[in-house]
Amino acid sequence: MIAYAIRRILVGIVLLLSMVLVVFVLFFASGNPAKSVCGKFCTPEKLTQVTKVYGYDQPITTQFGEFIQGLAVGRDYPVNDAYRAALEKSNPDLVIHCAAPCLGYSQHDAATVNADIAKYAPVTISIAVFAFIFWIFFGVFFGVLAAVFKGKWLDRILVGVTLVVYALPTFFVGTFLLQYVAIKWQLVPYPTYVSIADGGVGGWLVGLTLPALTLALFYMAAYVRITRAFVLESLSEDYIRTARAKGLTERVVLFKHGLRAALTPLLSMAGLDFAALLAGAVITESVFNYQGLGLLAVIANQNSDLPVLIGLVIVAGAAVIIMNILVDILYAFVDPRVRLR
Amino acid sequence: MSRPFLSVANLAVHFPTSDGLVRATDGLSYTLERGKTLGIVGESGSGKSVSSSAILGLHRGTNAQVSGEIWFDGTDLLSLSDEDMRRRRGKDVAMIFQDPLSALHPYYRVGDQISEAYLAHNQVSKRVARARTIEMLDRVGIPQPDRRVDDYPHQFSGGMRQRVMIAMALINDPILLIADEPTTALDVTVQAQILDLLQELQREFNTALIMITHDLGVIAEIADDVLVMYAGRAVEYGATRDLMTQPAMPYTWGLIQSIPDVTRSVDLPLRPIPGNPPSLLNQPPGCAFFARCEYAQFVPGDRCATTLPDLLPLSDGHLKRCHLDHDLASYAVVETGAI
Ligand SMILES: Nc1ncnc2c1ncn2[C@@H]1O[C@H](COP(=O)(O)OP(=O)(O)OP(=O)(O)O)[C@@H](O)[C@H]1O
Ligand SMILES: [Mg+2]
Repeated sequence: MIAYAIRRILVGIVLLLSMVLVVFVLFFASGNPAKSVCGKFCTPEKLTQVTKVYGYDQPITTQFGEFIQGLAVGRDYPVNDAYRAALEKSNPDLVIHCAAPCLGYSQHDAATVNADIAKYAPVTISIAVFAFIFWIFFGVFFGVLAAVFKGKWLDRILVGVTLVVYALPTFFVGTFLLQYVAIKWQLVPYPTYVSIADGGVGGWLVGLTLPALTLALFYMAAYVRITRAFVLESLSEDYIRTARAKGLTERVVLFKHGLRAALTPLLSMAGLDFAALLAGAVITESVFNYQGLGLLAVIANQNSDLPVLIGLVIVAGAAVIIMNILVDILYAFVDPRVRLR
Repeated sequence: MSRPFLSVANLAVHFPTSDGLVRATDGLSYTLERGKTLGIVGESGSGKSVSSSAILGLHRGTNAQVSGEIWFDGTDLLSLSDEDMRRRRGKDVAMIFQDPLSALHPYYRVGDQISEAYLAHNQVSKRVARARTIEMLDRVGIPQPDRRVDDYPHQFSGGMRQRVMIAMALINDPILLIADEPTTALDVTVQAQILDLLQELQREFNTALIMITHDLGVIAEIADDVLVMYAGRAVEYGATRDLMTQPAMPYTWGLIQSIPDVTRSVDLPLRPIPGNPPSLLNQPPGCAFFARCEYAQFVPGDRCATTLPDLLPLSDGHLKRCHLDHDLASYAVVETGAI
């Protein structure tokens, strides 16, 4: 079990490193990143200097090595040693230490990428977690309901409604909730993000409700159908017939034997979808104008802020890989057949 | 005369599907007394499992249309309420399913799955049920039952899983046991052990046993009576000895000829029955076996193709569904197609 976990983590690290390499090559192949830093009134001399100060004159292998080193042990900016040494003396405030895992430095924001992400991440994580709870709870609940009432009117309504919801674009749902539910009908206060520190858990939850709902609806609709399919499949298995043949009540047959097998594969799907959800929060954040990672990505893109974009891609990739590992390990606990493999 | 212990009368199980009505079982009747064994044989898809599951009421809650009567120990099981049927399932009537790997729940320990059957019908603590489970595992010949009780189904071999299924079915001492191909896919020695075990348990509790198989060799060994099914119907029914020595329906004869070791000398080649059973959808009007039958030539006219023969007595207690008037030995068939 432990050996299995360690092996998975090692494989995960290798995967992450290869991902960083690909991202690195792709971004740096697209031109000298110093250009965007140099600004509008860039002279060739200034460009050369900037390129040198930020280490963009180094071969890409060196840059990659240093980046990985930064991820592992942290690093200091600006990266050019001679320049930094001079700066230490003249203006030590401008030398910035970026602790491990250092994701880079945004010249545009004059801040480490870690600091940028740390600033925007809480909003996104809050929305995603809240949406996840919404979506799993209602998705599974209605999915089981639809399966149990298969072919009856309740099932048909649920399947019909989820089909419609599934087809609605996220920005449409978000705009509707914002314009009507919040502004016109004033059923909920105008949504703004309030951190737990500022507004307590209550304020935090209220602020998250609409964005989380917006984000959750699409997944919820998908999960109603997936859950329904899994439960129906499980209920048609031979072991369900065995359970009935033992004389168990229908309730035990459904909840103990049927759901156990149906919901276990759902676990792994949900884990992976959660990682994707983090990335998918972009549209929701922009509709509600919440300061999350999605917004950070949009801003960084507008500013051609390559270090931030790289950092975001790495964080998103790491989230997916980590969830993958967690799910696999969790799966080994819930499914006796995968143990010790 | 009192009613037999088990009497299935005119049982039909039909499945409405998008392609039409699947008549998986039609007009099926048989009886069985306590302590006796009825063998049900027939090719894959002939309706053996479907008709037997009807005794446990396993088609309830599905779209299957079940009709007829199943008199068991004085009650018609088909007229029981769902709750009354549930109380009898697994207690008075139990079933050993074919393919134990898929019939056992992959996520639960075998011990828990077995004791669940005991707890469903007995007001006892989990500890008592566990002790009873270990005792049953021991009885069916699982070594170190107190350790294996906590294993999962996938940790058992095929033969051991089959024993687990048997332990589960027998834990409430049922008076009727349906064993659905309990020895298929097991090697010959294990097969013999399982059959011995079933017979031993049957003697001990005076259980009525329905043994479903497509292996006439198994039937010859343990069954008192045999019911041969073809395309959802009984085609021959009688005492095992009569049926094996004087088969009256060409299909039965075909089955006997395809057994390697019973009632045949070594120099006669094995003769598989050519062709495939018909679809249960849109069944042709005549005899379902007509298209594969080598004896149809002895029936005058086109009765085999147009008229479904009734299940009629050939001699006392030996029924056949065939237009031929005598037993098969009196017809001379040129043995074609022998390999
Ligand atoms: N739920 C169902 N819906 C439609 N058709 C079904 C259903 N269940 C069984 N059948 C059909 O009924 C027929 C009889 O099936 P059954 O399982 O009784 O065969 P069997 O004699 O037990 O065969 P085997 O030896 O392979 O176990 C098959 O043709 C099968 O396709
Ligand atoms: Mg079967």
